[in-house]
Amino acid sequence: MEEPDFLVHHKGDTLGVVVVEGVKAGQTLTGWVMDADETTTVKVLADIPLGHKVALAAIDDGANVIEYGNNVGKAVEAIPVGGYVHYHNIKSNRW
Amino acid sequence: MPRAIVLDPGDTVATLIDPARTGEAATLAGARSGTVTLSADVPFGHKIALADIPAGADILKYGQVIGRATAAIPAGAHVHVHNVEALRARGDVSGRAA
Amino acid sequence: MARDYFYGYRRDNGRVGVRNHVLILPVDDISNACCEGVERLVFGTMALPHSYGRLQYGEDLDLHFRTLIGCGSNPNVAAVVVIGIEPGWTEKIVEGIAKTGKPVAGFHIEGRGELATIASASKTAQDFVKWSTEQQRVKAGIDELWVATKCGESDTTSGLGSCPTVGNLFDKFDAKGSTLCFGETTEITGGEHLCASRAATPDVAAKFMKVFQDYQDEVTRFKVDDLLDSQPSKGNKAGGLSTIEEKAFGNLEKIGRNCRYIDVLGPAETPEKGPGLYYMDTSSAAAECLTVQAAGGFVVHLFPTGQGNVVGNPIMPVVKLTANPLTARTMPEHIDLDVSDLLKRRMNIDQAGEALIDMTLRTCDGRYTCSETLRHREFSMTKLYRSA
Repeated sequence: MEEPDFLVHHKGDTLGVVVVEGVKAGQTLTGWVMDADETTTVKVLADIPLGHKVALAAIDDGANVIEYGNNVGKAVEAIPVGGYVHYHNIKSNRW
Repeated sequence: MPRAIVLDPGDTVATLIDPARTGEAATLAGARSGTVTLSADVPFGHKIALADIPAGADILKYGQVIGRATAAIPAGAHVHVHNVEALRARGDVSGRAA
Repeated sequence: MARDYFYGYRRDNGRVGVRNHVLILPVDDISNACCEGVERLVFGTMALPHSYGRLQYGEDLDLHFRTLIGCGSNPNVAAVVVIGIEPGWTEKIVEGIAKTGKPVAGFHIEGRGELATIASASKTAQDFVKWSTEQQRVKAGIDELWVATKCGESDTTSGLGSCPTVGNLFDKFDAKGSTLCFGETTEITGGEHLCASRAATPDVAAKFMKVFQDYQDEVTRFKVDDLLDSQPSKGNKAGGLSTIEEKAFGNLEKIGRNCRYIDVLGPAETPEKGPGLYYMDTSSAAAECLTVQAAGGFVVHLFPTGQGNVVGNPIMPVVKLTANPLTARTMPEHIDLDVSDLLKRRMNIDQAGEALIDMTLRTCDGRYTCSETLRHREFSMTKLYRSA
């Protein structure tokens, strides 16, 4: 594939990480699922900076979010597919 | 002659302000007068007993208890960590020491 | 791998170092000025001023001695001048370092004054520098190399690229018999089950879980909020990391896929179970972690960064790598290895690992890292509680 716009650690993760600069709302991004060596796409609903995350599935308010095949926090509002995911809408389950 | 300061009339020790040797008579100043004969070599700034102190007795300086004798201390002897134990901040008796 | 050897200084105790420092080591903070006086007079010496060493007690005092003795004993150190206020603690540190067989001497200031102490200590330091500068590097296998790692100012590229690159090196070096170290106890939060599963035996896993839980309990006791400004840090968050759990899984990529840790060390403790991977209970604050790893005897440090942590260490050369193309572009003076091509799929993890092995061995052979050239010598004691 060409250089990916986002990377996904594990197949089944509900979050991907944007790895290019200048991503704008409305763009359709191509992603590489690393462990399965597959590609996938998502249409982003917001501008997402380099290194920040995009939802790959609809996430309910209060649901766990999955990255690295593991629980990395819970949503504090409903997040649609393509939504920008960061500490404004997901929180740690631990601290 | 070496000199030793007594801070309070009730003190059982004096503090040397000159180094002193066994057999020398230290002149007391401050809250007590007279002399005490040294039974050991004692360095500048260290303490000597003004009278015999029984094992287990409180050591008084500044008119306050500063510790307890762990052995009988004759008059004129060096009073320090080898024959005095502290009564406070004792991690070894509070149960924490390994 | 391209080669499995490096050139280093073989010390009296058999360990091999990759640098040749003559340290002027203060026992306590009030001896710093005297040590700096010696450093100023004698070219080729390095003073390590620090902030503590007075009225400490218990485990905190033990850690203080372990840190100073460990750093003086590190194979990257050729010789040590120790300076304190009084002879008791000064000699304790001298005796601890002397067990390695290296030249070490102690001086104390009380009863002599600082100027006379600087003069005497400088005469000895000069002799040590003349001796140490005649030591020559010899060839050694990577089974004699002790490598530590920590990640800092991480972002999401750390877990995607720079940490797995270290993991690739760790797997390869572990297979060759190196001694390796990772730690950062609070930063495992969320991933502790994964970390416990990488212990070599159930006993070691239990030892890790105890250390982990103790630190969790301490954080719980003292925290006043959800730690959203500290762990993850502001820098982590600017780079896209959202929760401590997410940070933990990226962190753990540093131990690769295969290696298992064979023991759990306290801070500044030296491995005693032979070659392999060790977990050390450390802070996640970079300077503190690197200081106790150097005290443990590790001679080179691999530091994946996302947003650009600039830390260095006076004893271990710190190799900085990043997979963040923005960081590699805007802060190149701090980056020894750019692996951002991983994100573009222009290189794979194995190739990145080989590039890191190459840079690590060249660093061991003598190449200065960015942090060494920029004089980053952060030396930070870990304190367990207040002094008396």
